[in-house]
Amino acid sequence: MIELISQHPIFAALIAMVGLSILFGGLLGYAAEKFKVEGDPIVEQIDELLPQTQCGQCGFPGCRPYAQSIADGDAINKCPPGGQATINALANLLGVPAPELDQEHGQESEVKTVAYIREDECIGCTKCIQACPVDAILGAAKLMHTVIADECTGCDLCVEPCPVDCIDMLPVEETIADWKWSTPAKPGQMIATDRRGELGSNTVQEDAA
Amino acid sequence: MAAPTTVWLCSMQEFAVILVSSILINNYVLVQFLGLCPFMGVSNKLESAIGMAAATTFVLTLTAMASYMVNALVLEPLGLIYLRTIAFILVIAAVVQFTKMFIEKTSPLLYRVLGVFLPLITTNCAVLGVALQNTSKDLNFTQSSLYGFGAGAGFSLVLILFSAMRERLAAADVPESFKGAAIAMITAGLMSLAFMGFNGLV
Repeated sequence: MIELISQHPIFAALIAMVGLSILFGGLLGYAAEKFKVEGDPIVEQIDELLPQTQCGQCGFPGCRPYAQSIADGDAINKCPPGGQATINALANLLGVPAPELDQEHGQESEVKTVAYIREDECIGCTKCIQACPVDAILGAAKLMHTVIADECTGCDLCVEPCPVDCIDMLPVEETIADWKWSTPAKPGQMIATDRRGELGSNTVQEDAA
Repeated sequence: MAAPTTVWLCSMQEFAVILVSSILINNYVLVQFLGLCPFMGVSNKLESAIGMAAATTFVLTLTAMASYMVNALVLEPLGLIYLRTIAFILVIAAVVQFTKMFIEKTSPLLYRVLGVFLPLITTNCAVLGVALQNTSKDLNFTQSSLYGFGAGAGFSLVLILFSAMRERLAAADVPESFKGAAIAMITAGLMSLAFMGFNGLV
């Protein structure tokens, strides 16, 4: 054997390279078992940032499928309930620039709303119950329905199916419990060189005026 | 032939000299111009640059160790020194694949941010450069791994500095024709000039 190797160096080379390949292959195989990834953790993180209204305005059946789709490279600006805040958070998580909300999927509402059923007009058709993605509407056939305000995500999916148009989207009134200070205005940029561009354009405008 | 103990030992002074020389004087990116692809590609954002720096340092150190062992235990005894390059590529590919699995498990976010640049560490010429230079300089195991780590630390240093500068440049008032890659190249050139100042430090 040793004689063969010393006489034919090509065998030594072959044995060495094949041996190394098998060694590294074995190590990698072991590592692949050891560091196996269960599921896709990135989808979980995206799903946590989405507002969980399950409204389907993005074109997917709920927040989780949209999270999966984002992880596969879909646009992050299809969520009107989350608005710009959600887009910014997603952009930050994924390390991509934050686009504007895609108006095609609906507009971001300024205030948080909940659905309200004018109960004396309700005919008890249960159509809104079937439409509600979060099961926030109580009631039965031919009986009056009502909305559990705490569960309602304000997605307005129940407004469309109502045959007698007795559902309103009411703004949530601020109470002492959830009142917050309004966000202070954005302070000016701290670094003079960053500010130069906009100052320059300001002076140009002043000159023109 | 060195005595067996010197294979492992390395004096304090030598330690410092190796680190300073591999981090500053012979910086792999700015002085030897190796590994420029990730230097330009992953330096857009400070966070991903830090991740890339850590991954590359890890790969460089591990590769320096593994390639020393492959060279000393397999190639030299069998007289297969001419197979160095291909054997080292094998080592590097395995180490990078391992790093990729490790990062995918520990930080899926970093894995996503680094994207294609993670497997591309395989073709980062700084990695092969360190392995080949270590063997041609006849270093022992400790010195080799120190060189690997120093090269990684130097790479990290310039990559992080450069990405911090690029973040500032993105907001700066740059003339239209210099925007984007052009100003990045100029900045890299100026950094390289600055690193020439370390010449003759040791």
